[in-house]
Amino acid sequence: MAGGQERILRRRIKSVESTKKITRAMELIAASRIVKAQARVHAAQPYAEGITDVVRNLQGAGGGSNSALLTPRAEMHKVADIIIAADRGLCGGYNSTVIRAAEHDMRDQERAGRENAIVTVGRKAEGYFRFRDFPIDAAYSGFSDSPTYEDARQVASAVVSRFEAGELDRVQLVYTRFISAGRQEVVVEPLLPLEPSEAVDASTDAPSEPSSDYEFEPNPEAILETLLPRYTESRIYAALLNAAASEHAARQRAMKAATDNAEDLILTYRRRMNRARQDSITTEIMEIVGGAEALSQGADAHDDVQAAEYYDKTA
Amino acid sequence: MDVQLVSPEQVLYQGAGPMVVVRTLGGGDIAFQDNHAPFLGALADWPARVKFEDGTEASFAVHGGFVEVSHNQVIILSDVAEPAADIDVARATEAKTRAEEALRVNPDDELAAAALLRADVRLEVAGAA
Repeated sequence: MAGGQERILRRRIKSVESTKKITRAMELIAASRIVKAQARVHAAQPYAEGITDVVRNLQGAGGGSNSALLTPRAEMHKVADIIIAADRGLCGGYNSTVIRAAEHDMRDQERAGRENAIVTVGRKAEGYFRFRDFPIDAAYSGFSDSPTYEDARQVASAVVSRFEAGELDRVQLVYTRFISAGRQEVVVEPLLPLEPSEAVDASTDAPSEPSSDYEFEPNPEAILETLLPRYTESRIYAALLNAAASEHAARQRAMKAATDNAEDLILTYRRRMNRARQDSITTEIMEIVGGAEALSQGADAHDDVQAAEYYDKTA
Repeated sequence: MDVQLVSPEQVLYQGAGPMVVVRTLGGGDIAFQDNHAPFLGALADWPARVKFEDGTEASFAVHGGFVEVSHNQVIILSDVAEPAADIDVARATEAKTRAEEALRVNPDDELAAAALLRADVRLEVAGAA
């Protein structure tokens, strides 16, 4: 019985050890991907900054004040959330925090009397909302860990035209912003209408030169028309990249915790197993000693009988 | 002047040259030299060329995008742009023949016309036109 206990523990240790190998491998993979994802976030910055600059200068020149993408709607009926989560699990609370933030926001919108529309990125977000019978307007997946610009373009196509057509009055991004390898936070960020206030704030910080000095070709309106969809895409792309980096960071943390936990488990099991082994050895020794004792006592008794017989005969 | 060619995913080219030539949507080529007035333009599908001091030039296939010029700095923002070395000539040639065929069948095919233009730009930049 005691030996059985030991065997069970030995088997369990073996299984925890192989789990540990897997979580360790995932941890290392995630760690190396964070670096790559971070590099991509940085690589995307020059374009994002450049295009923001162009938008700001165009606005400074008074162009496109009547563009649909820039004008805030007087009445908001329908708000779309683009929810960016992961394709896979095993990344701690990464998916659920994003989803929770999105649900929270949607409840707020509902309370304000607005309808919600959902666009999901990542299989986990899609699964969650589908299972709960939320209407999903569009779902994208398969690129959450390394999104390309083409992916961002597709996501943008789901909302931009509908926004321009007036079906949607506001579009928000719900994603995890990557601040550092140790810090990420979920944000609900307005995407459409593009908020000029940001651009104006930024330009007052750094008054490079009056933007009215710019020459435009063909003209500010025409440029803005082609520019705004690109700007939207680049914002979505930045969000996707941030989310990817955050996903890897969350996965690395979760897998590190799992590996540490496996180590703890192995330690406890090993102690318990050794205790069980010692117990069984002790029991065995006790049995052997007991048995030997019994045997030798039996032999002594036999001798006594013989001796008695001997005495009887000689007497 | 400083020249930067930036795609959403990375900075494709960064360097300096005395002159940059691009084509804007307005339908004309425009060249920038030192101390050009601040300029903002939307680009056509057309090669962008950077000319260097020694007379050589580098060209890039730029498929739409924007150019911003200020403070002796030219920034070309384009979601699809390739330096000559990155262009797959065989693929571009194939795309060109395919587009030409599609146009022969249906001369109003806008997609094919756009594809033909893109292929031509690529081939010109790669020097195989």
